[in-house]
Amino acid sequence: MSRKVLVVEDEANIVDSLSFLMKQAGFEVLVARDGDTAIRMMQRRPADLVLLDLMLPRRDGYEVCREIRSNPEWASVRIIMLTARGRDLDRRKGMQLGADAYITKPFSTRDIVARVQDMLSPER
Amino acid sequence: MLASWSILLVSLAYLCLLFAIAYYGDKRADAGRSIIANPYIYALSIAVYCTSWTFYGSVGRAASSGMDFLPIYIGPTLTFVLWGFLLRKIIRICKAHRITSIADFISSRYGKSAALGGLVTLIAVLGITPYIALQLKAVSTSFNVLVQYPDVVMPPISSNVPVLKDTAFLVALLMAAFAILFGTRHIDASEHHEGMVAAIAFESIVKLVAFLAVGVYVTFGLYGGFGDLFAAAARSPQITALFTSSDSGYGHWPTLILLSMAAIICLPRQFQVAVVENVNEDHLKKAVWLFPLYLLIINIFVLPIAIGGMLHFPDGTVDADTFVLTVPMAERREGLALFVFIGGLSAATGMVIVAAIALSTMICNDLIMPVLLRLNWRNLAEQGDLSGLLLSIRRGSIVTVLLLGYAYFRFIGESVALVTIGLVSFAAVAQFAPAMIGGMYWRGATRVGAILGLSLGFALWLYTLLLPLFALSGWLPIGFVEDGPFEIGLLRPYALFGLDGMDSLSHAMFWSLVANIGGYVLGSLMSRPGAIERIQGALFVDVSGRSGAFGGTNFWRGSATVADLKTLLARFIGARESDRVLGDYARSRDLNLDRLREADAALVSFVERLLAGAIGAASARVMVASVAKGEVVGIEEVMKILDETSQVIEYSHRLEQKSQELQNTTQELRAANERLKELDKMKDDFISTVSHELRTPLTSIRSFSEILTDNPALDTTERERFLTIIVKETERLTRLINEILDLAKMEAGRMDWHMIDIDPRVVIDDALAATSSLLTSRSISLKLEADPWLPHVYADRDRLMQVIVNLIANSVKFCDDANGEVSILAGQLGGRFYLGVLDNGPGVPLDDRQIIFEKFQESSEPLANLPRGTGLGLAISRQIVEHFGGRIWVEDAPGRGAAFSFTLPVSRAAAVAAPDMESQEAL
Repeated sequence: MSRKVLVVEDEANIVDSLSFLMKQAGFEVLVARDGDTAIRMMQRRPADLVLLDLMLPRRDGYEVCREIRSNPEWASVRIIMLTARGRDLDRRKGMQLGADAYITKPFSTRDIVARVQDMLSPER
Repeated sequence: MLASWSILLVSLAYLCLLFAIAYYGDKRADAGRSIIANPYIYALSIAVYCTSWTFYGSVGRAASSGMDFLPIYIGPTLTFVLWGFLLRKIIRICKAHRITSIADFISSRYGKSAALGGLVTLIAVLGITPYIALQLKAVSTSFNVLVQYPDVVMPPISSNVPVLKDTAFLVALLMAAFAILFGTRHIDASEHHEGMVAAIAFESIVKLVAFLAVGVYVTFGLYGGFGDLFAAAARSPQITALFTSSDSGYGHWPTLILLSMAAIICLPRQFQVAVVENVNEDHLKKAVWLFPLYLLIINIFVLPIAIGGMLHFPDGTVDADTFVLTVPMAERREGLALFVFIGGLSAATGMVIVAAIALSTMICNDLIMPVLLRLNWRNLAEQGDLSGLLLSIRRGSIVTVLLLGYAYFRFIGESVALVTIGLVSFAAVAQFAPAMIGGMYWRGATRVGAILGLSLGFALWLYTLLLPLFALSGWLPIGFVEDGPFEIGLLRPYALFGLDGMDSLSHAMFWSLVANIGGYVLGSLMSRPGAIERIQGALFVDVSGRSGAFGGTNFWRGSATVADLKTLLARFIGARESDRVLGDYARSRDLNLDRLREADAALVSFVERLLAGAIGAASARVMVASVAKGEVVGIEEVMKILDETSQVIEYSHRLEQKSQELQNTTQELRAANERLKELDKMKDDFISTVSHELRTPLTSIRSFSEILTDNPALDTTERERFLTIIVKETERLTRLINEILDLAKMEAGRMDWHMIDIDPRVVIDDALAATSSLLTSRSISLKLEADPWLPHVYADRDRLMQVIVNLIANSVKFCDDANGEVSILAGQLGGRFYLGVLDNGPGVPLDDRQIIFEKFQESSEPLANLPRGTGLGLAISRQIVEHFGGRIWVEDAPGRGAAFSFTLPVSRAAAVAAPDMESQEAL
């Protein structure tokens, strides 16, 4: 059974590219266009990893992260924050909230695929 | 039968009673339990104003000129009721400077000038002498009348009897003795005579009761009340003529009122009781109505007694000045007559004692001491106890004053009525008023002005009032009055420089006061005040503004030893008294004077003020200077101190202002800083937002570029789709960068605007052409409803088009997916050009209608599957519209959707007719 990746992102074109990359890497891709939807989707079909944009309509990425980390059932879910905000402050805040990685846009496609694969490899 | 010895006995007994009261008052004062410390005693003591002139003379005046006795009571009433503030200020000044007489007051004000003090004293002595004569005359006349009891016979003229047998002479000696007893038993540093004040208050009651007793007796004993009395008067043609004839007139009333207004302050004895003897400034509050009340009461029976007397002695053989006494005598009221005599004696004694004491203080402090000091002050200063010398001088002065009074009475008094004599005195002391009152309110008044004014006024008084009296009494050729000196008509003393038609008093007052005030003002304006004058002037004028009675005016630079000062003080006021006051001083300041060797400036000044109380300000200054080592601070130096003080005050005032300004500035800075912080945060947010907005399309571009690079085997459709995305995102990036630059330029005011007068219709058409592909791509129908005639606007064509395109693009984005419809309305609204772009989308929530015009603020409602805008379109549109002077807003469109609208002012050129516009352009 393939691992599931939830892409939480409101920019259609970025969703497009991430979906392409994840599918190509062999993951099942779920998409949420805003924070609320992301939580609902987690409840219905929990993903193994969340690619989480921070600037989202309704509940932003930080809140979604907090929500996921507050639920013990989702303790093993990996979270990679994707953001166009590159400030240290934003990065620190993300890591404090329990993100596993923080990737700044525009990202390298190879890099992001490698990070996801790394996090979801069975050895870990 | 009233034997002369029994009258004398009663008189002496009465005077001893007065003395006993005075003695008791002094004892109580020494024990610190003053009996005069209440406003009633104070007001009664001021009633020393009512002398035998009032007691006998008012009736005499009423019998000869009707209501003429009144104005000299109206004046003081006016002064007290209206000018209480003036009296209060005088009292304050005197307490602050330990001023002991009116001469001291004027001399102090004008730089402690000994010359001025001497001049005032001289005028006072010469001016008051007739007044004292008047009292002697009254007492001796009343005595000589009473002695004849029960016959009413006018006494013989005094000048026919030898001096030693003259009653008036004996009265003068007796009064001198009592004045010495009352006023010069010891030297008091403060010149307070509490016992004397108590005695004066008592005699004021006695004379009032005696006068009322006669009045009541005449009105209700001889007649059946006021009605009956006046009815009887009405039957006498002589009396009715007196009160109805108009030729006596009221023309000199203003003169009399003015004179008496001045006299109540300027008479030395009034100054003594009302100012020097005042123990509490607050007593004045009650006195301002109590004293006028006293005057009112004592005047009630003047007319009834006058009428009674005239009805009683219709033949005119009895002097009307004696009616108060002769009416009871004629009615054989022995006791009442004696009581009246005591009342008259009371009134005269009170005046003489206070006036003699006041004058003796002035003569001693302002006339003799300065002369003695000038002649040989070094020697004087080295002598032992001087208080004995001072007392001797004062006692001698009292005797001299009374003998002068007697001499005047003997030579002139017999031929003139009481009132006339009194008015001559009033006129003399009224000369003090300009220098006195002026000095309290006019800083610029100088010593030269005061001396000039006083001298001129006094000279004219002498010439127009006193000398003519001498002439009328036969001591000068009568031609002096009738033809003028050396028969120069212009110099006739009663019609000086041809000024005729006034009564002699008004005439004299006119000339003397004109000369006095003129000399005072001109002299002051034309001379420069010395330093001490300026200091004293400031201290007098601003007395209320200074804190405490002894505001820190210590103008001594050098110091003196405490021992020297003690010795000096003891010489003048006696060792016991000096120990006492210095002890009080030391206790109040927590000093031990026995241990202290060098006295500080404050103590030196304190001693000077004490001495000023005993020997006058001018002499005190000289005496203290003799023991103080080092100089009195140089005059220029004092001015420097004063200037520096005022500079310091000014400086601290400015500092205060500055600190206030500083506070304001700080506030402003703080606000500016807050604003800057806010702006800084906004800038941070802006950069963060911009970078976010730039990174988003860049992310797509990079991702798809990398995907295309890494996956050469992608099928064509997919490849083309990705490439299209890259192109679109690149366009978005370009647009974004352009808009950011535009906005930055507009906000910084560096945008180049090509403002011209344009037809908006053309711009709308261009905008529609530019957006047509956008509309057709989403199959949105467009409706244009424009007025056939649109007002021109003054705008930048490209920017205006940018706004319209932005709005259309915006509408397209939010249109209903299925049946998208955009309407454009163009016309006029409230005299402005109006353009609205309406869609049939979801509309804008009320809360967002303001913020969507801010940078990077899009409606919080997310829109699925739509390309994101830059978030700058509306912000830029607003900048542009506002630059054109218009307004942009969003509201609900009718039915459904949003309506974005803006208005622009109509171009001014469009408001005038077209040909005009062209001709203007041609110009």
